[in-house]
Amino acid sequence: MLQRVQHLLGTESLTREQITFFLDQSKPFQEFQRYPLKKLATLRGKSVALAFFEPSTRTRISFATAAARLGADTMSLQAESSSVKKGESLIDTVRTLQAMRPDGIVLRHASSGAPEFVAERLEVPVLNAGDGAHEHPTQALLDALTIRDRKGKLEGWNVTILGDLLHSRVARSNIHLLAKFDMRITLCGPPMWMPPELEALAPGVRRVPRIAEALDGADVIIVLRVQTERIHEPALAAEEYILGYQLTAERLRMARPDALVLHPGPMIRGLEIESAVADGPQSGVLEQVTNGLAVRMALLYHLVGGAPVDAPHPAKERSNAAD
Amino acid sequence: MLLIKNGRMLDPGSRTDAALDVLLDGERIAKVGANLAAPGAEVFDAKGLIVAPGFIDLHCHLREPGQEMSETIETGTRAAACGGFTAVCCMPNTLPVNDTASVTRGTVERAAASASVRVWPVGAASVGSKGEALAEIAAMKDAGIVAVSDDGKPIASARLMRQVMDYCGALGLPVIDHCEEPSLSAGGVMREGPQSIRLGLKGVPAQSESICAGRDVEVAGLTGAPLHIAHMSTRASLEHVRAAKRQGLRVTCEVTPHHFTLIDEDVRYNPNYKMNPPLASRTDREALIEGLADSSVDAIATDHAPHHPASKDVEFDHAPFGVTGFETALALGLSKLVHKGRISLVRLVELFTTGPAGVLGIQRKIAAGEPADLTIFSTDLPWTFRAADSLSKSRNTPFDGRAFRGGPVATIVAGRIAWRRSFNAGQAGN
Repeated sequence: MLQRVQHLLGTESLTREQITFFLDQSKPFQEFQRYPLKKLATLRGKSVALAFFEPSTRTRISFATAAARLGADTMSLQAESSSVKKGESLIDTVRTLQAMRPDGIVLRHASSGAPEFVAERLEVPVLNAGDGAHEHPTQALLDALTIRDRKGKLEGWNVTILGDLLHSRVARSNIHLLAKFDMRITLCGPPMWMPPELEALAPGVRRVPRIAEALDGADVIIVLRVQTERIHEPALAAEEYILGYQLTAERLRMARPDALVLHPGPMIRGLEIESAVADGPQSGVLEQVTNGLAVRMALLYHLVGGAPVDAPHPAKERSNAAD
Repeated sequence: MLLIKNGRMLDPGSRTDAALDVLLDGERIAKVGANLAAPGAEVFDAKGLIVAPGFIDLHCHLREPGQEMSETIETGTRAAACGGFTAVCCMPNTLPVNDTASVTRGTVERAAASASVRVWPVGAASVGSKGEALAEIAAMKDAGIVAVSDDGKPIASARLMRQVMDYCGALGLPVIDHCEEPSLSAGGVMREGPQSIRLGLKGVPAQSESICAGRDVEVAGLTGAPLHIAHMSTRASLEHVRAAKRQGLRVTCEVTPHHFTLIDEDVRYNPNYKMNPPLASRTDREALIEGLADSSVDAIATDHAPHHPASKDVEFDHAPFGVTGFETALALGLSKLVHKGRISLVRLVELFTTGPAGVLGIQRKIAAGEPADLTIFSTDLPWTFRAADSLSKSRNTPFDGRAFRGGPVATIVAGRIAWRRSFNAGQAGN
């Protein structure tokens, strides 16, 4: 029997079966994005708090849209405009939110572990929308959905993750998730952002310092965003990064001919990725965005809606659509 | 008069481990002997218990003046007494910093008025512990400090360290350094390693401590003055201390109970596992235990660092460093070191008595004429530590709910029972 997921804190704690379940549940929601009337009544009367303590555009809009398309209301809190600036603690802020009786809290926070901290103290389901350098589980789930769609299955691929691995929550969530599906995971990036301990995160992870070797035989390439604030650390000049680690069309040819290129966004064209690659036929970047909606709808439906795992899928029930 | 009868007297200072009674008269020990009788004296029956010299804690934070929300001299020393400590050295990072004789005098006066145990202040090495100009060390010594330290941070530069050590060497004061290389530790919240990478928390490499410890040992060699390394947490730092001892330098060090008990793998996001130095790797902890056993480590010190609950109920990144430690120190030593066969019981007592006393250049033994400070404890009494019942004002301990075998039973300071366990309460009580 599938173990119910109460909070989505990370992919590390999800089982392969739970991941597969959420990906399967996302499929009808992918279809649904093509409907002319994109509104279900499934979560009508439910409300989702979007608590973003760190700037975010795409993840926040994706969650807000996913909630809206399920019929839920959202209440939005952004750190810039909140009492956080006045010195209120995280726990008081989220308790205040909880007092408004949301049915779930989507949390983005610059501190690793903040979602776990909140989940331990509140009664509502918490969905991690990115915490510090820890995890970004919905990103990894939407990446997995994109890989499964484009490559036909999720198991056994050679996946190369390029960039600033040390500070990347996307990398950690992807490593934990992909390793559960027997992927061979190759990490490549500037050495100071690729500590050896990353290999201990999950089985099948290796570090390769040179990009040519890292791309050789790759079926999937995940390009991480270069956090420009880190480029300005004394560590590395942008030119050096481009020279060593930019995914160019030329370098892409070192991978398998049908290799899929993913990027969590926002992209900095000309830094971590060449435009020709970002816009090319092997890029899955825009599908990732659409799949993000589907995955987040599936998660909200189950975690916020509390649907039984064997309930009929709402997007398959035509009568549910567009009331 | 107070007669401690029927106990097992364990006194490392006089190399005694025997069934002996101890008679206290006023603030001094009057007599030690078998089957003592003292008509009219109050009798403490120590049957089945260990009678040891009064425990000394070289490292704690009492938060007064300035942070009385977290602790006061009164509450902190009550907790210290409950932990079996008869004397505690309080670090100078109060508000204001203890960098002048007037602040030292204030602490001494507050202690005289409110403390349950002896309070031995540590003075700042530099003005405001800012690492720039030398503090009024000689004046503070006259007012009662027993050592100097800029604890909370390292003594900033090698040049200042040299000045402080030259100066303190002449005054006969040990210099206690909190070893950390700030350019390596900046922003770090736990030990760098597999767990920090997994949790996505910024790590502090072990070398942050040992680089500074190595520097300090070099400066100790340059000046010949006594150096004490606070809350040492890594194998490499210990190697520096060992090398210094082999050279005959006056270098000592302490280890905290949390560092010999917990490791980095125990850290999740609970702020009660956040302290500085951070919990070390498994191999470093193993090295610390070896050092405790082979006498490379001189003392167990608590680094009792209370923080009021709201300040710790935050994101791990934002929580202040530090955990409380008085009330669990002895029990952790018994359960993690003695009962597991890593060190002998007498060695554990040394680490709480003659060890720290030696760091301060004083004697510690149970003999006629000595101060009547005794720690009476059990090695097998079962009890459970509950943070909610702590005598400290703060609750920031990783050991809440931990079951122990053995712990303090009574603490005698200057001939008076400063604390004793109330057995009917079932645990350390008020």
